[in-house]
Amino acid sequence: MDIGGINPAILIASLMVASVPIMLAAIGELVVEKAGVLNLGVEGMMIIGAICGFVLAVYSGSAVMGFVGGALGGAVLSLVFGLLTQFMLTNQVATGLALTLFGQGLSSMIGQGYNGIKPPATTALPLGPLAEIPVLGTILFRHDWMVYTSILIIAAVWAVLKYTRTGLILRAVGESHDAAHALGYKVVRIRIFAILFGGAMAGLGGAYVSLVRVPQWTDGITAGAGWIALAIVVFASWRPWRVLIGAYLFGGITVLQLNLQAAGAAIPVEYLSMSPYLITILVLVIMSSGRGKAALNAPAALGQNFHASR
Amino acid sequence: MTGTELLAISGVTKAYPGVVANSDVSFQIAEGEIHALLGENGAGKSTLVKMIYGLVKPDAGTMRFRGQSYQPTEPRQARATGVAMVFQHFSLFEALNVAENVALGMENPPPMRELSSRIKAVSQEYGLPLDPGRMVGDLSAGERQRVEIIRCLLQDPKLLIMDEPTSVLTPQEVEILFKTLRKLASEGTAILYISHKLEEIRTLCDEATILRRGKVVATCTPRERTAREMAELMVGATLTPPARNAKAKGAVALQVTGLSVASPIPFGTSLKDIGFSVARGEVLGIAGVAGNGQDELLLALSGEVRTARDTVKIDGAGMGDKGPNDRRAAGLVSAPEERLGHAAAPDMSLVENALLSGAVRKGLVSGGFIDWAKTAAFAAGIVKDFDVRTPGTHVAARALSGGNLQKFVVGRELSQAPGVIVINQPTWGVDAAAAAAIRQAILDRAAEGAAVVVISQDLDELLEIADNFAALNEGRLTAPRPVQGLTIDEIGLMMGGAHGMEVAHHGA
Repeated sequence: MDIGGINPAILIASLMVASVPIMLAAIGELVVEKAGVLNLGVEGMMIIGAICGFVLAVYSGSAVMGFVGGALGGAVLSLVFGLLTQFMLTNQVATGLALTLFGQGLSSMIGQGYNGIKPPATTALPLGPLAEIPVLGTILFRHDWMVYTSILIIAAVWAVLKYTRTGLILRAVGESHDAAHALGYKVVRIRIFAILFGGAMAGLGGAYVSLVRVPQWTDGITAGAGWIALAIVVFASWRPWRVLIGAYLFGGITVLQLNLQAAGAAIPVEYLSMSPYLITILVLVIMSSGRGKAALNAPAALGQNFHASR
Repeated sequence: MTGTELLAISGVTKAYPGVVANSDVSFQIAEGEIHALLGENGAGKSTLVKMIYGLVKPDAGTMRFRGQSYQPTEPRQARATGVAMVFQHFSLFEALNVAENVALGMENPPPMRELSSRIKAVSQEYGLPLDPGRMVGDLSAGERQRVEIIRCLLQDPKLLIMDEPTSVLTPQEVEILFKTLRKLASEGTAILYISHKLEEIRTLCDEATILRRGKVVATCTPRERTAREMAELMVGATLTPPARNAKAKGAVALQVTGLSVASPIPFGTSLKDIGFSVARGEVLGIAGVAGNGQDELLLALSGEVRTARDTVKIDGAGMGDKGPNDRRAAGLVSAPEERLGHAAAPDMSLVENALLSGAVRKGLVSGGFIDWAKTAAFAAGIVKDFDVRTPGTHVAARALSGGNLQKFVVGRELSQAPGVIVINQPTWGVDAAAAAAIRQAILDRAAEGAAVVVISQDLDELLEIADNFAALNEGRLTAPRPVQGLTIDEIGLMMGGAHGMEVAHHGA
């Protein structure tokens, strides 16, 4: 069963868990970008979600409350970005980068005194006999409820974007805000809601890191997951199910390198730890080289500020 | 033709900081009437219809729709009342398909499948075939307009507003559009038709309201007036058409043979085996619907895109592999369509912009150093000769209005004593008086012995100044023909006819 000291079933099961934070953050950012806004503050919103979720979970003693708190924290921080870019028309790239720096600093401040505390556990969803199925049960049916929730969110975003009027209007705003405005849609309001959703999802992803993945609080706990989430959106060429694939791919590489380290592979640890980031860069280069179809799927108004001049 | 009153506008006023867009405007439209709103760029036509469509709130004045007070605060309300609008641009989404675009413009769209079949039905009924599943980005300009019209028709409007609908159409496509509009009017729909093309208004419209600087200056029945009378009402001055001197043609100055270029522009059109020659003193007009290779042709002629040496010859010397500065030195000047960012650097002053293209021919740079005094004099000369309205030559190009900047960039090229002139859209967005001045300047240079290529989408302009006429269609150029004796029908066919509109079951 084991290959080179690694059990494939456990590897797949753990990559599903490892990819939850980046998957949530990426699907949130996908919605934001579909509305034509480029929010580079994902890392900042994730880490704020991580600390807010952690604090709330510790005080309430409930993991569920922790996730709610994480989503709220991310959403509140994203509102700062929304107000600055949508009403004061600041540059989206600069504002997003500033948001990350701000989030990292703020989370570190809030997190004073929370080091070394253990948060309440997030329980596995009892799926009864399903979990007993050999191999498949290990891979699919022994996870905590957030793993399933994150997949449901992907499905929901896909369905909303593809089949509903809300999704159509959102895509329209991201394609051409001038045209949407001319038809009477409230561009700024729609974008603010998209930004809030993106913030909430990033916060949820961050809370998953501090409540389940690690689970404790340390400064800089998200460790670049937000940047990978941004890369996944491009990798997925703005399609929800490809976000799932992308997240599993990157989550898989992370888990694999940990397993390889544990199995004592003959490669230096440093190369293994940097491999997810190197592969991220590589994938982005391949995706955006040549004006392929992937590059053309980007929302046309991405990153442009809208001002109703007349 | 005058039925019951549908929409009455009285005393409507709207001011923006620094400009009064509309001042005390009043007029009425009856049911089933095709009413023209006529005026130059900036006369306030667009602001007025935006108020009717609920995009802009008037400062003062009232509107009545079928006798009821009508004050739309947003387009949704206007659509619910029965007002629909076909925009000049900005209202289609390229990455969405036809059905999705239509759905976005409707209040309560039916499910997609039902909507698709209704689009097919309505588009066949009005002779505007459309495939609901196609991406709008892949459609031609005429087809895109059909999407907008169908979007309006599906809502069963009482008043249809059309903002400059024919600027992107071939003559045949215009014919089909007019047939549709007449059918609509006969069914009782009123149409508010905005344009500055006078002949069109004369053939289509029942009544006309003429705006000048935000005020109603006249109302008339277009059929009873000549185009010239209406033009003078619109401009408020007597127009003198450019004078053309009969002149002897000289030797061939620009010779293009077998020019094929892949487009450097995304979604652009590649040039395919283009060949023509222009003699000294001759003006060649090149027509075509936008996006048929005009930009690419200018790039290939100006030297921004290089080709094989002998595809472009200036005064007999192969220049195809040379860049813009070498071609300038050889006597070819060019003015592209896009003023800000291509013809002029937006944030640089007029003096600096004059230097950018004039350096070679006017000797403004010596030994790597700029002769600023000479450059400033050159820029001041352009401002004076071409009546550019600006506080001075120190202001940034972006601060000039479109028409004034156009006069400056065209003047800058024409002031370099060129042997060959290539201009794309010389009078785009320029008011009638300035346009006449630019055309006159082009004709004067030709009379002095320059070979001129004018690329334009304005057929009237080409017929006015060109000696020979050719059309670009999907990157191919038709053989040039003398303008004299050319009919509008022939021109339309040269431009590609109706782009497949005559095919009854197009894409179905």
